[in-house]
Amino acid sequence: MTDPWTRWDAPTQRWLLTGFSRDPRERSVLLELTARIAFPTLVVLSLYLLFAGHDRAGGGFSGGLVAGQAFLLRYLAGGRMDDSATLSMRPPVLIGLGMTTAVLTAFVPLLFGGQVLESSVHELHLGPLGALKVTTSLLLDLGVYVLIIGVVLDLLRTLGSGIEDDVAAAARGEW
Amino acid sequence: MLALVLAHLLVAAALPALARHRSRAAFLVAAVPPAAALGWALVEAPAVIAGQRPAEALAWAPVLGLELSLRLDPLALLMILLVAGIGVLVLVYSRSYFEPGDSAGKRCSPLLLAFAGSMLGLVLADDLITLYVFWELTTVCSFLLVGQAGVSRESRRSALQALMITAFGGLAMLLGFVLLGSAAGTYRISELLAHPPSGPLVTAAAALVLVGALTKSAQIPFHNWLPAAMVAPTPVSAYLHAASMVKAGVFLVARAAPVFHELAAWWVPAVVLGLATMVVAGWRALHEVDLKKLLAYGTLSQLGFAFLLAGAGTGEAALAEAAVLLGHGLFKAPLFLVVGAIDHQVGTRDLRELSGLWRRMPVLAATAAVAAASMAGVPPLLGYLGKEAAFSAFAHNPPVEAGVVLGSVFTTAYSARVLWGAFATKPGLAATRAPAPDWWLVGPAALAALASVVLGAGYPLVDALAGSHADSLGGTSAHLALWHGPLPAGLSLTALVGGLALHFGREPASALRARVPNPLPAQRGYERIMAGLERTAVGVTGRLQAGSLPTYVAIILITVLAVPGSALLTGTSPPQHLPLHGNPLQVPLALLVAVAAVAVPIARRRLTAVLMVGAAGYGVGGLFIVDGAPDLGLAQFLVETLTLVAFVFVLRRLPVHFSAHGEAQRALRAPKAVVACLTGSLIAFAGVVVSAARTTPSPVSQEYIARAESGAGASNVVNAIIVDFRAFDTVGEISVLAVAATGVASLILRSRYERRRRMSRTRKGRRP
Repeated sequence: MTDPWTRWDAPTQRWLLTGFSRDPRERSVLLELTARIAFPTLVVLSLYLLFAGHDRAGGGFSGGLVAGQAFLLRYLAGGRMDDSATLSMRPPVLIGLGMTTAVLTAFVPLLFGGQVLESSVHELHLGPLGALKVTTSLLLDLGVYVLIIGVVLDLLRTLGSGIEDDVAAAARGEW
Repeated sequence: MLALVLAHLLVAAALPALARHRSRAAFLVAAVPPAAALGWALVEAPAVIAGQRPAEALAWAPVLGLELSLRLDPLALLMILLVAGIGVLVLVYSRSYFEPGDSAGKRCSPLLLAFAGSMLGLVLADDLITLYVFWELTTVCSFLLVGQAGVSRESRRSALQALMITAFGGLAMLLGFVLLGSAAGTYRISELLAHPPSGPLVTAAAALVLVGALTKSAQIPFHNWLPAAMVAPTPVSAYLHAASMVKAGVFLVARAAPVFHELAAWWVPAVVLGLATMVVAGWRALHEVDLKKLLAYGTLSQLGFAFLLAGAGTGEAALAEAAVLLGHGLFKAPLFLVVGAIDHQVGTRDLRELSGLWRRMPVLAATAAVAAASMAGVPPLLGYLGKEAAFSAFAHNPPVEAGVVLGSVFTTAYSARVLWGAFATKPGLAATRAPAPDWWLVGPAALAALASVVLGAGYPLVDALAGSHADSLGGTSAHLALWHGPLPAGLSLTALVGGLALHFGREPASALRARVPNPLPAQRGYERIMAGLERTAVGVTGRLQAGSLPTYVAIILITVLAVPGSALLTGTSPPQHLPLHGNPLQVPLALLVAVAAVAVPIARRRLTAVLMVGAAGYGVGGLFIVDGAPDLGLAQFLVETLTLVAFVFVLRRLPVHFSAHGEAQRALRAPKAVVACLTGSLIAFAGVVVSAARTTPSPVSQEYIARAESGAGASNVVNAIIVDFRAFDTVGEISVLAVAATGVASLILRSRYERRRRMSRTRKGRRP
């Protein structure tokens, strides 16, 4: 196992992130490959949309949808998404986390004597990298982003694997 | 004051932790805050009687003008003596009444203390809303204390009945308070008393507030919940349903009397219903065999008496009312406690099974004898003072006086019946064998009975307090005294002799009652109203929640057509100049959307229809891009994709084709088509009209654009609106999304959980 000479090129990751693949009759290797390649790119794209939203097209809502659809693609390729296999956080937790972030963002300005949901703009000087403009409303957008991912994952859990479970159970005659 | 009320509630909140292991000690701890309140009230008493009015206020929602304000006046002082004093006695008594480890005992100590705190707040309240809040808190405590664990059907029904009736009255009262507050421009009770408002609104408010008082004090026709509430443990009945909570109605009438007492809508029902309750309940009490029920009807009768006095609205009646309130608390609570002690020792409180107990429990019997004598109005006890003052207050009003005398005759008769039923040696019945109760059970009752004697003999004390209360109604030259002249004394004697005669002639009286039909079947009336409510609820729900998705959609669409549609058609006109397109690319995109839209209803396969819906959506997204709204276009494409996938997910569980068979479906096609076409045309027309409404950006839009960079630090104005200018909307929308996602998940995953449960059940069933 630990022999570096023979094991250096062995795969260290699972083929599909879900850990198991669909029934062979339903598999599409092409789709699996696409999911594998596109997933990280889509997540990066979603983060770009989240951060760029303030000045260009995008925002937390679009970013969250793109990230959610990255997971969607993975589900379509890999099949039954076991709640634990893909993301250690369950969708309701993500929804709650997003909601909490948004509501906290709304109330934090009160601590500094501002109004509910008031925002402020800060300049960060990063030396040779230049200046970075940070607005506190980005946190609200982050809450929206996380919540939307949670909603899409919840959709996958219910309409996706939930219905798949139902169909499988009906086929086994348990329904 | 605020601190005292808070102390009650905080200790009550912490008490369950102690009560779980040491339920008896918990009762003694619970007695501490009421004892503090009692001590505080006694210290303040001389100043209050001298005319001082300590007050405190805490603004808890200044924007809405809501404040928690408390004020100590003679009426409040009187009620505190009652609430806190009897609270201490009852809590000490409960220590021995409940067995250690009894679940009811664990539950009662915090609830009783919370109730005492609410009651303290209620009587001190100087603000109508504050009063209402504490009023409903007492209702909730009563519900929990009557219902207990909710194991028996009877306790559940009684608790619910008490809650329904008193909460109904409470809501009526709240409405009355709002009318009164808006008519007077203030919710401060002291300001209302100083400058009573007038007008038709105030008359309506008086009637509504009176409904609240009638329900809380269980006056006819709302009286039936009180005897039913006797399923509660006896200390609870003694405290809530005899000495304190049910007096809240009388208290409210006395509190509001200076504002309302000249209105016929106020005093006529108060006097008539109070008198009717006094007489009818007194008559009913004569025929009860359960000692507790007997006392409950006696309570009703006495409450009617106090209600009548409070409603009369004269200084002299207020004097008598103060004495009756105090007197009733001090004789009814010990009587309940005595009956509870008998029940605790013997295991029954049916007077047909008790005999010769006076030999076994002489102290208890003596206590009961003093309390019953006070109830009957034997001089020089406290009950006598009140009755005597009432007789002289109504001396100029013969019909009311006659009613009060009749009620007092019944009172004497049922006082005798309690004593006789609980302790007398009855011929033909073996002497009851039971151990004598310990001092924890006897002491509190004896103390209260002793107070009746002391305060009756020391009547100047009570007179000082009652007299300063009577000042709120213009004062009175009368005083509480042992001798009010020949007429009241003669009437008192009549009541005593008549009552004793009635007691000794109880067998003919019972025979008479059997022949008189029950004139007021209030219980049946309540049950009928509740059954009617349930039927109506079932009917309405059944009609509205038909369970058919097309029906719901049709109702929504027809409403859209009828309401905004008619407004649009009558109130607006389409623009004169309509260009074919703003950008040539719009033409093919619009064609795509139109073709897809037409294809959806024609399609026979569900998948085709879903794909067509998607095509229309992408077309619209394209139109957004062409019009220069990349944000909208991006969101539209993403949402459309997600919707499409969700649709396809669901389609796996649905038949491939739309079902087109069946007469009914075919018959409905035409109306569906009409509704759909009309709604579609309306929306299209609305789109044209709305888009033509402005030729230049509105001031709001201009401001958004101008301030996006400076105010929100964003060069994308759409994002600035979403996360900054209208961020509150965004938070609202994402919470809608969260709720919707959770709702969908619960609906769909339900089937999974049910299947799992069924599987596990069959597996268990198979196991031998």
